[in-house]
Order: sequence, then C-alpha cells, then structure tokens
Amino acid sequence: MKRWVRWLILLLFAIYFFGPLVSTFVKSTETSPGHHSLDAWKALVTNDEVFHAIGQSLLLCVTTVLLMLVLLLPTMIWVRLRLPQLSRTIEFLCLLPLTIPALVIVVGINGVYAWVNYFFGYSPWVLTFAYVVLVLPYAYRSLDSALAALDVTTLAEAARSLGAGWFTVIVRVIVPNLGAGILSAAFISVALVLGEYTFASLLNNYQTLPVVIALFGKSNAQVSEAASLATILFAAALLLLLSFASRRSRGRKGV
Amino acid sequence: MNSSASQGSPLGVDFVDLHRHFGEVRGLDGLTLSVEPGELVCLLGPSGCGKTTALRILAGLDHPTSGEVKVAGKDITGVPANKRDMGMVFQAYSLFPHLTTADNVAFGLKLRGNSSAERRKRAGEMLELVGLSEHADRYPHQLSGGQQQRVALARALAFRPSVLLLDEPLSALDAKVRVQLRDEIRRVQLEVGTTTLFVTHDQEEALAVSDRVAVMNAGHLEQLATPSELYSSPATPFVGEFVGLSNRIPAAVDDGRVRLLGHSVDALPGSVSGPGVALVRPEVVGVEADEAGNATIASLSFRGPVTHVVCTLASDAAVGPGGVTADQEITAQIPSGHAQRLTLGQRVRVTIEPVPVLVIAG
Repeated sequence: MKRWVRWLILLLFAIYFFGPLVSTFVKSTETSPGHHSLDAWKALVTNDEVFHAIGQSLLLCVTTVLLMLVLLLPTMIWVRLRLPQLSRTIEFLCLLPLTIPALVIVVGINGVYAWVNYFFGYSPWVLTFAYVVLVLPYAYRSLDSALAALDVTTLAEAARSLGAGWFTVIVRVIVPNLGAGILSAAFISVALVLGEYTFASLLNNYQTLPVVIALFGKSNAQVSEAASLATILFAAALLLLLSFASRRSRGRKGV
Repeated sequence: MNSSASQGSPLGVDFVDLHRHFGEVRGLDGLTLSVEPGELVCLLGPSGCGKTTALRILAGLDHPTSGEVKVAGKDITGVPANKRDMGMVFQAYSLFPHLTTADNVAFGLKLRGNSSAERRKRAGEMLELVGLSEHADRYPHQLSGGQQQRVALARALAFRPSVLLLDEPLSALDAKVRVQLRDEIRRVQLEVGTTTLFVTHDQEEALAVSDRVAVMNAGHLEQLATPSELYSSPATPFVGEFVGLSNRIPAAVDDGRVRLLGHSVDALPGSVSGPGVALVRPEVVGVEADEAGNATIASLSFRGPVTHVVCTLASDAAVGPGGVTADQEITAQIPSGHAQRLTLGQRVRVTIEPVPVLVIAG
C-alpha cells in the first residue's frame, strides 16, 4: 500500500477518535461564546460535590479490586490445583454477569441492597459488592489466562516437595508469577468501575463520579464535560499502563 | 568425597505391597521394593507401568490405595508431601520463574528458617556442585533446558533431603545434553551420597547410571538387579524382551541345557522346559564367511564401532524340535572392521557364544 494511503487512514481514525475528545475539551473550557477559561477543570478539585464524587469513585475502584482479588485469586488457584473438576462451574458462574443486562441485575439485587444498606449504611462504597459481581467476567478472564500460561501443578508440586505448605505455595510461588494477570484484572476492574452508571444511579442514587457527571450535565455542562474527559483520560492511561505491564512480563518470560 | 556437599548418613526406602487403583485401572498392583541406603535405583519400564506413580507416592504427591511406604524403616504413608523431606526433580521445568537461580536453590532452606548468610553459602556450594556458579543471579528463562534441570537438581539437594527423587528429569532435553547431564547427575549423587530413585523409560539411561535397576511392568516389580546382571541374566520373559535387543530363536530346554542352532548352552533360571523361544543377544552371535554355512546375509547396517548383520537362516539349520521356519532371521552385532569383509547375499556360518540364555514360552 502506498505510504500516503496509510497516513490518510491513520488520520481519519485519529479524527474519529480524538475529534470528540478535543471538542469535549474545547466545550469544557468555553464559558460563553468566544470566551475560554479552565474554570471547569479547576472545579474538579474546588467543587465539593465533584471532588467528593471523584474520591468516592477512586475509593470504590480500590475496594472493588481488593475484594475481587481476595475472592477470586485464591478460589481460582485452589480450583486449578485441587478441584479441577469444578473449573467449568466456576467459569460459568464468573461469566454469568456478562449475559444479564445491568438493569436486570439492579432490579434483582435491589432487595439484597436493602439488607446491605441496613448493615453497612448508605455510603457509596457499599456498591463494592455489586461491582465485584460486575467485574467478575473480565477479571476471571485475565486471571485465567495468566494461570493457564503457568505450569501451576508442577510449580506447586516442586514447592511442596521443598517443604512448602499450601498457603506458602499460593502466596510465595503462584501469586508472584501472576503479576501481569493480576494487574490486568485490576486495571480492567478500575476502568469498569469508573464508567459505571446504572448500578450507582438506580440502586440508591449513590453519588459516584458518573452519577455526578450526569447530574451536572443538566446544570453545569462545562464541569460535567471536564469530569468525563478526565475519566476517559484516566482510564486510557490505565489501559496503556496495562499493555506496557503485560508486554514487560512477556519479555521477562522470554517469549 | 566433598564433605561440605555430603548429606549426612543416607536412609533406605521400602515400598511394601503398594497398590494404587485409578477406578478400574491398577496403576500399582502390589509393588514391593527395597532400596538400600545411599543407592541409586532406576525405576525402568514402559509407559503406564506405574514407575512415576510409585515415585509420586514416595514423594507424597499421590496416595496409595493400600500398602506402605517406609523411609529408614519408618512408615511415612500418612505424612504430607511438605513434611517428607524429599528433594525432587521433575520432567517439566519446575524452577520458580520469579526467583533467581540462587533464590530457587535456597527456597527449601528459607522454608526451614536458615539465615540469609547460611542460605547464600549453601546455594553457592550447590551451584558450584552442578557447575553453574556464574549463573547465580540469572532468572530461569535465561537458562537453557539442561541448565534449568541442573539448577533443579541443586535446589532438590540444597536442604539435605533424606531421599532424592528424579522423575524423568532428562526427557525434555536433546540427546547430547541428556547424556552429559545423566553422567553429571550420577557424579553429584555419588558425591552427596543421598539415596536416589530415578524414574526413566530409557533403558540406556537406566543401565548407565544405576547401582541397581528395578524393572517394572503392569504395576509390579519384575526384577531388581545390577545393570550387568539385568542384561546378562534376565529373570522374567518381560525383562528379557524389554531390556536390550534380543533375537527370538526357537530352542528346546532339556535338563538345564538349551539346544540352539546346533549349540548347547546353559538355560537361565526362569526358563521354560521343553520347546520355547530363546532370547539371544546380538553381541553373542558371530558371523563367519563360509560357503557351506547355514545362513545368508540379508542386510548390513553400520552403527559406528559396530555393525548389525541380519542373516537369514537356511531352513536346514540344525535346531531343536520343529526346526526353523524358512525365513527365520538372526541379528548379529559384530565389530565394524570385521563386517567390512562381508557382503550382502553372502553365504555365512552363524555361531553362538556359549553364554546362558533365557528361554521363554513360544
């Protein structure tokens, strides 16, 4: 193919992808026709509501990732090592949320959340429980492929013969070799949590970042645009980091 | 002997009437085997004979349906793998990818609470023992397959295990490295003196490194003997046919003597009496050019120092009852210098050295 054709295609795609981002940025700085300022971007930290929502969403990212790893990682390793006959069941369960529309899940777990709110109150971090279910399919895939790339059985047997108990096998031998998989599961979860609106809005109108962005969309469009652009850039940066991390670990294995 | 590498007094290992059933399949079917302290015993047999199962049961990675495993006379059947104190090298590469060579070797020591200085010293000694001192800071993926298995050997011996277990450690390697490493394993084992079980399906490997070889078949022991005894005096038809190449020649046993191609030789214990098939090693068969001989040369295949000569026996070749069938072939292994004087289709006389042979049912 001619060189200029390639550049043309690249350019068209760049316009398609970056056009909306650039126009969002321009809009977010436009206070009145012809006047531009970065006030809306300053509001991300000065506006209490937005600042608080950013904090809540980041906190949710951390709690979701932690709970997801605590639940999923030992389970998946244990199933692979000791209960391979259960692997189909676990896979089915983990992928299930993918097949059910978010709206349906929300309606379904509304009743459960009455109890959750009863025990844990109304602060947005209680969304962690729902979000762990939401990120399950993606996190499962990342961890599963990382586990498949490792000869878990032989490593575990080698460690056992050297004197390691099962806890040591998992913590000191298996997990340290799943770095890239854990990172990718975490980053994908973060990206999902940062963009999640349905659960947060419909369960109890929790003031997470996407909910506040939508709210501001009606009253203060500039701040809402700045916030959504910031979210997109943050998620993009995370995914970029992820691809670097997995490339580095591939390099380490010499593949 | 290098005193810093030695492992304390070696211990004996006993398998007592070990059974391991996988559903209908009998992986082990009454294996009884005693390994002397300090000995290297190869478990040799075709795939599915239960040799790896036996090793895994000894390591605690599998559990017998019934029977006992003893180390130094003590029953350890119920002891979990991580409390058995056995070093193991696996067929698959099993080094921990996130640790350097030295940290891999020191892993077992760390679990036993040795200080960092002790660990470094011991790991250094062990890497020196397997000739990889300069690779201490490398990661497993930076090592060749042979080097990885040497590190695995060092790791398995670093914590001074009571028994060393080798589960086909060489089968993933190419031929040249395999021979090198096999000799190296034997050298290291003699140096540290640890009782060792070595599982292999490669009989050349087994014969080359073992003090004794345990030939297994269908989940039980066929014969436990030194390599030369195993080769010259197989105790069962299975061993006779499995170990080494053998000609199958019709023969008849009468009162401990075998009549075979006009010769009379001793029958090994375990032979049938009456008509049967003698298992004759190619190297005891001789071939002499003789116009009035009892065979013709069907093929000559050059193997370096020796040549394999396949001869077709004439149907009137003197044998036991029944005679030989017209197309009976016999393979001789003779020095290549000697074989140069032979040509295809030449009439020859086939002779047999008077060594004892095993005669099995035909």
